[in-house]
Amino acid sequence: MTTVATVSEGTDNPYALSHLDSLESEAVHIFREVAGEFERPVILFSGGKDSILMLHLALKAFAPAPVPFTLLHVDTGHNFPEVLEYRDRTVAEHGLRLHVASVQEYIDAGKLRERPDGTRNPLQTVPLTEAIQQHRFDAVFGGGRRDEEKARAKERVFSLRDEFSQWDPRRQRPELWQLYNGRHAPGEHVRVFPISNWTELDVWQYIEREGIELPEIYFAHEREVFNRNGMWLTAGDWGGPKEHEKTETRQVRYRTVGDMSCTGAVDSDATTLDAVITEIAASRLTERGATRADDKMSEAAMEDRKREGYF
Amino acid sequence: MTTTAEQLSATTLLRFATAGSVDDGKSTLVGRLLHDSKSVLTDQLEAVEHASRNRGQEAPDLALLTDGLRAEREQGITIDVAYRYFATPRRRFILADTPGHVQYTRNMVTGASTAELAVVLVDARNGVVEQTRRHAAVAALLRVPHVVLAVNKMDLVDYAEPVFAAIAEEFTAYAASLGVPEITAIPISALAGDNVVEPSAHMDWYGGPTVLEHLETVPVSHDLTGCHARFPVQYVIRPQTAEHPDYRGYAGQIAAGVFRVGEPVTVLPSGRTSTIEGIDLLGDSVDIAWAPQSVTLRLSDDIDVSRGDLIAPSGDAPAVTQDVEATVCHVADEPLTVGRRVLLKHTTRTVKAIVKDIPSRLTLDDLSQHPAPGKLVANDIGRVVVRTAEPLALDAYADSRRTGSFLLIDPADGTTLSAGMAGASFAAAEEAPAADDDAEWDF
Repeated sequence: MTTVATVSEGTDNPYALSHLDSLESEAVHIFREVAGEFERPVILFSGGKDSILMLHLALKAFAPAPVPFTLLHVDTGHNFPEVLEYRDRTVAEHGLRLHVASVQEYIDAGKLRERPDGTRNPLQTVPLTEAIQQHRFDAVFGGGRRDEEKARAKERVFSLRDEFSQWDPRRQRPELWQLYNGRHAPGEHVRVFPISNWTELDVWQYIEREGIELPEIYFAHEREVFNRNGMWLTAGDWGGPKEHEKTETRQVRYRTVGDMSCTGAVDSDATTLDAVITEIAASRLTERGATRADDKMSEAAMEDRKREGYF
Repeated sequence: MTTTAEQLSATTLLRFATAGSVDDGKSTLVGRLLHDSKSVLTDQLEAVEHASRNRGQEAPDLALLTDGLRAEREQGITIDVAYRYFATPRRRFILADTPGHVQYTRNMVTGASTAELAVVLVDARNGVVEQTRRHAAVAALLRVPHVVLAVNKMDLVDYAEPVFAAIAEEFTAYAASLGVPEITAIPISALAGDNVVEPSAHMDWYGGPTVLEHLETVPVSHDLTGCHARFPVQYVIRPQTAEHPDYRGYAGQIAAGVFRVGEPVTVLPSGRTSTIEGIDLLGDSVDIAWAPQSVTLRLSDDIDVSRGDLIAPSGDAPAVTQDVEATVCHVADEPLTVGRRVLLKHTTRTVKAIVKDIPSRLTLDDLSQHPAPGKLVANDIGRVVVRTAEPLALDAYADSRRTGSFLLIDPADGTTLSAGMAGASFAAAEEAPAADDDAEWDF
């Protein structure tokens, strides 16, 4: 035996936190840091599971007081009706204030032009950054997770953005211990990602543990879809299907919720949280790889969009 | 497949960092850990294969899994810490993948600051080299509780036990002299997969765990009963609603130790005392709470407490001081000089401060001290003396990584200048000689 190992016996430490408790505690700490240090924070809220999770964490962080932040939704105009209904119900239920920045209004006013591929996700950047400037938000919470995408894996929890909302990956502040540095000049703001360290599976497990309600499209249901570039898109007046594309009814669910033009559904029988978790634990595809067209545009699609101010 | 949600939820979380020189095979080890623990999904692997083919490489380059930025892929190097996530049925892992270049010491400091374990990689053919000593020194300086020495490329030394034993012994002696509390040495081949996830068929002389087994079983939280309990106040919660007209709670994350209802506490820096009347754990009322739980404390007296204050047990409160002696790692491109006015962020408190002295700069290669360097430049580690405008309740970093650490910040543009660790460190053991200066005073 030549091991010089001095492995301690793995005794059950009564003070060890479960991984969900650790992640929850860290996220709550981040929400409270922002509340303590910033003047005008806002939570990006789309009605998708990550932003729903964030709102839930914020509610817990400040209980029994109300959440001291407003919400901002960048509405592409191609959102799922079920999700918008969920969004408005949630805002009303918790007495929150919601700002909506509308991509459709920008297009109607001639300030943005529809892309030939019909995808509106990249068009969100301008309404988002203008809303931040207009409302003078100094901290903008996003539900981005580092496991989603390799450029996101490099993002700090506190990410300084200049007056044009740009991200410069080479000029990021080192992030040491739990000492988040949110100092910024007037006009600049900080993007804050409290669930950076969560994975898709963590999100689902926590949603189950906490009994958080989600929009129904996250669970398997019958839906009229058609195939475009290998993804099942929902038929609708946003611009699909085209003449050569055939609609069919399939049992599907969504792993992410975004713009209808680029968010694909997956074939699924998972009608309960338990079944969804089992399905994800066994899946060999990442959530974005399976269902997001916008990330497939190039090897650095996300990095490029983030540099321009995307979340 | 019968892994239920309950079983997965019961797992704990380990944060660890990897360190290694450019050609030690760190990317291969990380790729192997992710790949063999089935944490690389098909679409990620396809993307890597596609990108590798585009560059004319025959085999998929697993380093592309972790190098996420355009500049990194273009240059084929890692320029920034990347965080990776993987899981086994026993535990969840957050891996801070830090670059190996000498000039990126600050990145290893960043990765190690939140790590409970550091994996230091060496090439079995080269043994312990300067870079290994630097990595061990940074792990010791940052007080990373567990260090793993991964002796890689054992396949290139015929899996010979004496090669491993000699390296392990040399490293263990060196790291122990720095005060690293626990060292585990493992002979591996990241390329062939020996002792990374699966036990090696080539080294039956080795009786210890594989890298993954060790990561799965190493204790993630320390014995809290011996820790000084510390609670930095982040935010005061006062709903002032009809339902909660008088609620006044102090929200924060317990930095160290345990707090109990009924315990007498002191609020620093004011020194006012009270008793814990209640502890709210994110909506639930509890009798006891411990680090790193985020909680809200309610006190039985209506005393003045605000963000930046520290609550500690009355019998075990830290002294407050305006004179901070510390080791810092300078992380900004602009140098740190004596006389520099800065902001110091400690827990939830940010105060004005001035750099009074930089007594010495540390050479990581041999741990020698260079007296009075005048300034610290990027990636330098040195001793500093800082005077703050307001008193701080500061612990020694050796006692508490959370309440002994701080940032120095540029007040003009908010740049993070230095990472600070209060109190003595191994580097302060020997006083720098000042014989020449003394001689001059004789005139």
